[in-house]
Amino acid sequence: MLAHRIIPCLDIDSGRVVKGVSFVDLRDAGDPAELARFYNEAGADELVFLDITASSDDRDTMVDVVRRVSSEVFIPLTVGGGLRSVEDIRRMLEAGADKVSLNTAAINRPELIREASAEFGAQCIVLAIDAKRLAPPEDVELDGDPDLAAESPWRVFTHGGRNPTDLDAVKWARYGVEMGAGEILITSMDTDGQKDGYDLELLRAISDSVSVPVIASGGAGNLDHMYDALHEGHSDAVLAASIFHFGEYTVSEAKRYLAGRGLPVRPPTD
Amino acid sequence: MSENIRKPHIVVINHQAANIHSVGKALERSGAEVEITDSAESLMAADGAVLPGVGAMDAAMRALEELKLIEPIREYAGSGRPMLSVCLGMQLLFPESDEGERSGLGLVDGHVARFDVDEPSEDGSRLKVPHMGWNAITFTEPDQDRHPVFRGIPDGSYFYFVHSFHCMPNDSQDVVATTAYGGPVCAAVARGELVATQFHPEKSADMGLKIYENFVRHVAETVASRVA
Repeated sequence: MLAHRIIPCLDIDSGRVVKGVSFVDLRDAGDPAELARFYNEAGADELVFLDITASSDDRDTMVDVVRRVSSEVFIPLTVGGGLRSVEDIRRMLEAGADKVSLNTAAINRPELIREASAEFGAQCIVLAIDAKRLAPPEDVELDGDPDLAAESPWRVFTHGGRNPTDLDAVKWARYGVEMGAGEILITSMDTDGQKDGYDLELLRAISDSVSVPVIASGGAGNLDHMYDALHEGHSDAVLAASIFHFGEYTVSEAKRYLAGRGLPVRPPTD
Repeated sequence: MSENIRKPHIVVINHQAANIHSVGKALERSGAEVEITDSAESLMAADGAVLPGVGAMDAAMRALEELKLIEPIREYAGSGRPMLSVCLGMQLLFPESDEGERSGLGLVDGHVARFDVDEPSEDGSRLKVPHMGWNAITFTEPDQDRHPVFRGIPDGSYFYFVHSFHCMPNDSQDVVATTAYGGPVCAAVARGELVATQFHPEKSADMGLKIYENFVRHVAETVASRVA
């Protein structure tokens, strides 16, 4: 039976991990390769690297990071942040990334999803959506595609939840899949960082309306939250950062807990 | 003597539709001398070959045709030297696929079918496609009867899958292992020295690396036995 995936997410700035792992004795907790090795040994099913580098001059650094990590860590690697063109995506995939996640660039130009999917296959195109509850929808002036106008309580945001768009998060997810996305990474800007649980309603709304796997993100504070995201939120995978980085739980503990509650996971490595 | 101890020379067929980087690194750390190439001459001179692949069947077959690699791959396979095909690479071994118009390589009899997404799975939910993530495999034969590439891997081991189409060999003897996704799905194939996995061993952590180690050792042994 297909296992639910547990995916640690690392933020990377100019080739260095920020908000790095703080609880184990790593030689260099800012080194993406060292952290990737650590999480691989801990039994992570996949890794997400989010490039938060502000300057585009430093993009080459990310390509080097991806090449180094994929040379020694043999689990799937998704890379997101600042990818704007088919050529940007090609460089990451050639460097050894298995998937890329697109967010703002896909909002600005949805055709990018179609182009990238046609070129590399849907399986390596992840549509990342930052969503936030915003009611009532009639307060916001609509000037985009009326078919994607807000109807559900969740609006797509850009720039880390600061800028609202016209897009309805559920419709945007469905549209992204039609355009060729092979996976949806959905982050609730309301629950992100609150450690109070994922937005289960949002997860379920998205997951039940698309035919591709959904990764839940934003709000994991304990293992119950992960269970709820998978079971009640109907997600296929859970992404988490601080809960792992600060040593509150290990990936193995998370897997044992989920398995104990009857969810299929790849057995922990220790 | 030096012939027997040199590293086996393994060619990774580069048709621009695969995560070649990880495949090459997995082979290197398993002790192979790796050449990533689209040259038919290199393929014909190789001790072993890997046919990787992600993406769409038509695009991959078109690329192989443009690179004039279709006949060389068939010829190589006919030479009895080992070839490991991965993911789309496995699907390319078959004569036809629901995915596209083009014929495959036709080295294994059968068909490549689309997942039936309209059919609810055991718990009533619909299958998500692609079949993406880690799934457990079940071997069709006990360890000692398997092709050497698949020995030493416990039944129930998890591997990383990403695919929207699945292989249906005509001859059940060709199926090495299955996985469960809305029913049994062919996870690995062996026919003579053609071995193939639907999953990505180069993305399947330690168990996946074990397959590359087995493959490289097997290639080395076939070289040694040819020299002897």
